[in-house]
Amino acid sequence: MIQHNATPAMTCPLPLAEYPHVLMAHGGGGRLSARLIEELFGAAFGSDTGHDGVVLDVPTDRVAMSTDSFVVRPLFFPGGDIGMLAVNGTVNDLAMCGARPRYLSAGFILEEGLPMATLWRIAQSMRAAADAAEVRIVTGDTKVVERGHGDGIYINTCGIGVLEHTRPIGPAQVTAGDVVLLSGAVGHHGMAVMAQRESLSFSSLIESDCAPLAATVMALLDRDIEVHCLRDATRGGLAAVLNEIARTSGLQVDGDEMAIPVDDSVRSACEILGIDPMQVANEGCFVAFIAANDAPSALELMRRFQPQAAVIGEVVVGKAGLVTLKTSIGGRRILDLPAGELLPRIC
Amino acid sequence: MCLAIPGEVRSIEGARAAERSGMIRFGTLEKRASLAFVPEARVGDYVLVHAGVAISIVQPEEARRLFDYLDSIGAAAS
Amino acid sequence: MKYVDEYRDGAAAGKYADALKAIVTKEWTLMEVCGGQTHAIVRFGILDLLPAAIRLVHGPGCPVCVTPLEMIDKAIAIAARPEVIFCSFGDMLRVPGSGRDLQAVRAAGGDVRIVYSPLDCLHIARANPAREVVFFAVGFETTAPGNAMLVQQARQQGLKNLSVLVSHVLVPPAMEAILSSTQNRVQAFLAAGHVCAIMGTGAYLPLVEKYAVPIVVTGFEPLDILQGIHMCVRQLEEGRAELENQYARVVATAGNGPAQVLLAEVFELIPRKWRGIGEIAQSGWGLAEKYRAFDAENRFGLADAQVAEAPECISGLVLQGIKKPCECPAFGKTCTPERPLGATMVSGEGACAAYYKYRREDAA
Repeated sequence: MIQHNATPAMTCPLPLAEYPHVLMAHGGGGRLSARLIEELFGAAFGSDTGHDGVVLDVPTDRVAMSTDSFVVRPLFFPGGDIGMLAVNGTVNDLAMCGARPRYLSAGFILEEGLPMATLWRIAQSMRAAADAAEVRIVTGDTKVVERGHGDGIYINTCGIGVLEHTRPIGPAQVTAGDVVLLSGAVGHHGMAVMAQRESLSFSSLIESDCAPLAATVMALLDRDIEVHCLRDATRGGLAAVLNEIARTSGLQVDGDEMAIPVDDSVRSACEILGIDPMQVANEGCFVAFIAANDAPSALELMRRFQPQAAVIGEVVVGKAGLVTLKTSIGGRRILDLPAGELLPRIC
Repeated sequence: MCLAIPGEVRSIEGARAAERSGMIRFGTLEKRASLAFVPEARVGDYVLVHAGVAISIVQPEEARRLFDYLDSIGAAAS
Repeated sequence: MKYVDEYRDGAAAGKYADALKAIVTKEWTLMEVCGGQTHAIVRFGILDLLPAAIRLVHGPGCPVCVTPLEMIDKAIAIAARPEVIFCSFGDMLRVPGSGRDLQAVRAAGGDVRIVYSPLDCLHIARANPAREVVFFAVGFETTAPGNAMLVQQARQQGLKNLSVLVSHVLVPPAMEAILSSTQNRVQAFLAAGHVCAIMGTGAYLPLVEKYAVPIVVTGFEPLDILQGIHMCVRQLEEGRAELENQYARVVATAGNGPAQVLLAEVFELIPRKWRGIGEIAQSGWGLAEKYRAFDAENRFGLADAQVAEAPECISGLVLQGIKKPCECPAFGKTCTPERPLGATMVSGEGACAAYYKYRREDAA
């Protein structure tokens, strides 16, 4: 059963106003389906949005493609919503390939009974996010499942980006001596969602950092910075990224905990709940593995986009797959992958 | 075990001791906690909060003792 | 954060490290009892600052680790019932019972909810009068007063749909069990600071006198633990055995009076089984007669089932500080946090899990 409070912040009048809730027929392929596509999605994404397929002009031989599905609960959280997440998530995955994101598809699985106002709000949010990321949503699909068989709304986005350079980017390029840079402060998205979902009321709001990262990446590539690898720190947080790259490159990553930016409100929330900010999900933060000689330029450039960007560690020859952090008291700890879903603790 | 965090009492509500609770400020966040076990706590005091319940009032003079101790052993070691 | 940051200062920690090197003349084995202290030791890398002559072993102060398998199975049985809203601290969600864990029950459709405070259960019970709300009351003496308040308020408010599954354990009997063992090698203890904030320090005097061991009531930040270690080692080097209080900013000798009054009203001493150690007399709390109506074990009519632990698991020896996690042949191989064989790998601060997470490179 859908449970969420959507107070619509609409800029245009609600389409299909005579249907306050999504019906099975809206996914059936008939008249109601066509109206949903034209009057809601078409209005949000542009009237030339194809619903079967679209032909695109792509200026290069090599493209990047990425897909991701979004099932976040709650649908709306401080700093964002599932729609914004769905756009930026795929935009950022393309950016991490070193590609300029251009086009997205959006597939929706709607639960019968979802308020139309909620869907409209999400669609508008997706349009706003797409405009901010300079991408277009060019095609999509809609299905409706019976009440009780969905979670309100699930969204899949698939994206195409163009590669405007020939630099290989990936874990295989990472070498000992590379410097590890972080684009901004960690922990916002996961703590914002957790606070909302577990009804942990804090007096001041922690907001998700959901944002597109392509501009920063394009700037690094345009300046011909020797970028070896890029990864956005989503589920599993910074810990997941560092562990993944250490494992796939067969090297060790040594970090400095004091160098990792964590905002005070995130830090306070993590202390209260007993959660490690290194393991908390982000939606607007990435890690760059840069050749040592280019690290200072890269840092200066990244700081123009987010002043908290920082050098947080280096890649060394050591134990393959090991990630360590120097602690605030000068000791050392291993930064491991989170065991699973992050849970508050009292012990 | 026993994850407990110190925070500043910013306001106190509730008449009877058992129902006393307060907004406690931890760093930059505030969260309500029961003050039933610390009836002497006043606004401005720091309390130690475990699982939504204040279990002790932090004594500022004792808090400094750790650093006095450190100075005394540091002097001995050097 | 005040009263937190200053106790994580690197320069001060370095001074403690130097001071420890200066006073230690022989090998000493210390035990920190509380899982929260284990967590801090490993998370801040305190072992890196200690001279090699000081050996720190991790004690059984992890209520998640010592909750008997039978109790986990009872929790799972209750949580799986359709009329039940099962409320628990997050710590207990991934503890495996004989078959599955509470997280699996949730995935299968059980209404399992994480609460930050036991008092949250009162709101849940009032908001769901047609459902049975059950709270998993696990923990040491630190958590017991909040749990007691839950039961007392439920009774005062006449809530008929709330009950608690109690599995409380006490620290001093566990320390005595360790000290009285013929295999004991622990020479001094860092006592659990937050437990003492509730109960006071008096219970440790008989242990100091009977076993002639230094016991230092210690806090949880890196400087607290380093100071506690220094105070223990100083006593050992000087041939003293006394009870000292490192954590006096929070721990009063008498403890917390109002909390103790409530505990005496709501709970009574009972024997408890400790996973990995066995039954220890008078080592736990159960609901007193007056509050027995709120006991979930009675309300749901659950009998003790026969359970069997994995034979390779040596968590009992680890909990008592007799073996280190990396000395277990299964550690990091057949036993990992994802597939734990026993109690100490289950909780994030169980000695084995803590070692796995932060010091895996020490494993043989």
